[in-house]
Amino acid sequence: MGDVISLSGIRRVFIMGDQQFEALRGISFGVTTGEFVAIMGASGSGKSTCMNILGCLDRPTAGQYLLDGIDVGGMDADQLAAIRNRKLGFVFQGFNLLARTPAVENVELPLVYAGLSSRKRREMALAALEQVGLSGKEFNHSSQLSGGQQQRVAIARALVNSPAVILADEPTGNLDSATTAEIMSLFTSLNKQGITVIMVTHEQDVAAYAGRRITFKDGQIIADSRD
Amino acid sequence: MDFLQTLKIALRALRTNKMRSFLTMLGIIIGIAAVIAMMAVGSGASYVISQQIASIGSNIILVLPGSTTSGGLRMGSGGSQTLTSDDARAIMAECPSVLRASGTTRTTSQVVYGNMNWSTVIMGATPELFDIREWPVVSGRSIGQQDVDGAAKVCLLGQTVVDNLFNGEDPIGKIVRIKKIPFTVVGVLESKGQSPQGTDQDDSVFVPLRTAQVKLSRSPFPNSVGAIMVQAGSEALLTKAEEEVNSLLKQRHRITGGKEPDFTTRNLSEILAVAEQSSKAMSLLLGAVASISLIVGGIGIMNIMLVSVTERTREIGIRMAIGARTKDILWQFLTEAVLLTMLGGIIGIILGTAGATVVSRILEWPTLISVQSITVAFLFSGAVGIFFGFYPARKAAGLNPIDALRYE
Repeated sequence: MGDVISLSGIRRVFIMGDQQFEALRGISFGVTTGEFVAIMGASGSGKSTCMNILGCLDRPTAGQYLLDGIDVGGMDADQLAAIRNRKLGFVFQGFNLLARTPAVENVELPLVYAGLSSRKRREMALAALEQVGLSGKEFNHSSQLSGGQQQRVAIARALVNSPAVILADEPTGNLDSATTAEIMSLFTSLNKQGITVIMVTHEQDVAAYAGRRITFKDGQIIADSRD
Repeated sequence: MDFLQTLKIALRALRTNKMRSFLTMLGIIIGIAAVIAMMAVGSGASYVISQQIASIGSNIILVLPGSTTSGGLRMGSGGSQTLTSDDARAIMAECPSVLRASGTTRTTSQVVYGNMNWSTVIMGATPELFDIREWPVVSGRSIGQQDVDGAAKVCLLGQTVVDNLFNGEDPIGKIVRIKKIPFTVVGVLESKGQSPQGTDQDDSVFVPLRTAQVKLSRSPFPNSVGAIMVQAGSEALLTKAEEEVNSLLKQRHRITGGKEPDFTTRNLSEILAVAEQSSKAMSLLLGAVASISLIVGGIGIMNIMLVSVTERTREIGIRMAIGARTKDILWQFLTEAVLLTMLGGIIGIILGTAGATVVSRILEWPTLISVQSITVAFLFSGAVGIFFGFYPARKAAGLNPIDALRYE
């Protein structure tokens, strides 16, 4: 028990015309609260599909997915949106911040959809920005920030609603190695504070920061190792 | 998500693309401005017509001498002198639906005061005429029954005549000469302005009917009148009064069977009601033409909103991943479209009002901008936003978050 994420027998079949493609062929694993997991694999191995399902952006064709003890299988689009809002934080490869919008408002975005008052939102967003070390840049527009700073804003946005899990999809894919190290140490320190992190990457040295590495190949898990 | 936040996001999106937002709005601006201006000009026209209807008096029937044929030559309407003062009195006495009747004569003559002179219309009238036409004096007194009975040499002047003969002098008690006969000015009539036919009603002099018949006219039939003005008791009695007048005059003039009557009756209000209706139809038509430009503007909005949805696919994906529900995205884009059209609507209302004011200044044509037309225009612009914004908004809300996030 204590599993924040529990996948069992997850299959995902894409149908394109009369062609069928099975991206996930029965995946089962659990993630305990406080873990730092790297999901690895070549492109086409099914790791992105798995990430989409973990992120409640996509639904499995078969199998059961328990997130924080809740079965998300039978939920409709709006219920999934609410789950994403409350239980998950996303960090993307391309940062995916809103352009021409101050950092603090980007961080506030999940709280807007959670329906919090503007004062509460501002308070929480400023705290999250401080947590990622961006004090003083709160009101800069995302275009005025460096790549590393933008990714920090994105991490603050993922953190701000105190999610059960942070999902990071190639978070360092667009960053140079120095910034990569910076961002990865941020993830490590957040993880040390008890935040569960699941990260997709194809780089060995990035995956090395994680305490556990799950490797995908052709829609199946071929390795699951802990330090 | 609360409405205020939605509004804020929409405003930011519009501000981001100021030029594009303005150009998109332009269609709505022009449409609404056109609707407002057209409606203002149109209702100004109906206002003018209804004012003119009021200026001839209400529920009026005009009785004119009919055409006569002498030696194969038909004289046209009013060409004979078959109507008399007695006919007018009989109509008033014997037709129950008639409130008042007045025989009138009309001639054109030079009016002289001191070294000034002015050619104007000399009307003979009984006191009833001024009640029928709701035409009071502004100074002095009106013509009384004793003036008519005694063929008194008194007259009332219209405002235009006063302006042309008396240089700021008070005309009351002064003597003017009409056809060399001296008349004492006893009163000045209130200004009435243009008649529905466009003639200046204030350019006239009124004398007692009997005076006109005996002293000014050289007619071999001194009792005849040029026309009889009849006022029905009410609008509902108008048709009945016309019938009563017709049958009474036929009886008095001994017109039986298939003989053509020697008089005609005309219901003036009816003619003007038709004119009013046609002006209303005109303003409706103008409004319809203007609405077409609104629809074209709406299509422009839809077009730009579709472009905007495509451009912002990634943003929509982020919002969805972060927890925006379908409804939130739908509202966001709908709010943006409605904001765009309503802003356009407000600017259009301002421009339309300004345009109408300019038109009324330059053409000296009254324009009426009603609160009603402004409200309708405003609500209509909002409706255009909802109608043409809905499809793009639904398209945005229906996006798959995974595809939207991956969109380049």
